[in-house]
Amino acid sequence: MTEQIFFFIFAALAVGSAIAVVSLRNPVHSVISLMVCFLQMAALFVLLRSPFIAVVQVFVYVGAVLVLFLFVIMMLDIHKASMERFVSGGQLGVIGLLVVLVIEMVLIVSKSKLAGISVASVTHLDGSVREIGEALFTKYILPFEVVSFILLVALLGAIVMGRKEVK
Amino acid sequence: MVPLSWYLMLSAVLFIIGTAGVLLRRNILIILMSIELILNSVNINLVAFSYFLQDLRGQIFSVFVITIAAAEVAIALGILIALVRNKAALNVDEIQTMKG
Repeated sequence: MTEQIFFFIFAALAVGSAIAVVSLRNPVHSVISLMVCFLQMAALFVLLRSPFIAVVQVFVYVGAVLVLFLFVIMMLDIHKASMERFVSGGQLGVIGLLVVLVIEMVLIVSKSKLAGISVASVTHLDGSVREIGEALFTKYILPFEVVSFILLVALLGAIVMGRKEVK
Repeated sequence: MVPLSWYLMLSAVLFIIGTAGVLLRRNILIILMSIELILNSVNINLVAFSYFLQDLRGQIFSVFVITIAAAEVAIALGILIALVRNKAALNVDEIQTMKG
């Protein structure tokens, strides 16, 4: 019961701040709302007994990605961009598409057999970092290496694109 | 206990909000943030299934998703800085050099 109350608090805050992200005019306010949203998601990961993912979420998203966003906003001139209207005209097609998406999602979640699961049947995972580390370095070693290579490529790409042209 | 369908509903709601942000807003920064929101809603799904089915693969996948999202944001913001340096435009409708 307590868990359900906490789920409601976190879910309501997450949805509210997500709506704030897409509806606020000032990008700085959007970043702060996104930070609130990500922190609520980290709390939900703790409710799902995955503390490692929760910590990674806080470190990588709140600590790195959002600070990067703030840094870029600081370098740009946001005054012009923040004067934009939320829904410019002629977007009826987009809204229709969103309605179709909503109906589809509701149908999928309500008709799915898996959605009826309420408690984990067996609990052989203890959610420790040790399990994830062992799996990452034995069974999933190839994806792990590929991801590290992708990070290296992203680092080089960001440096090359951020540099001034040398003529 | 919280049933699985609540987590699925929450993740669907966040996914739809993120999609609405990508489709309705014209500010490139807000679009990037909405993409992050979409990726995170998928992570909730993965971790929820990982817990309810007691399968570690969901958590492993969400670690990879977080890593790729971080790399994607670094590249996208690098492109954005290069773009703004050449042409002061943050509105995606004004960026049409590639005739897209």
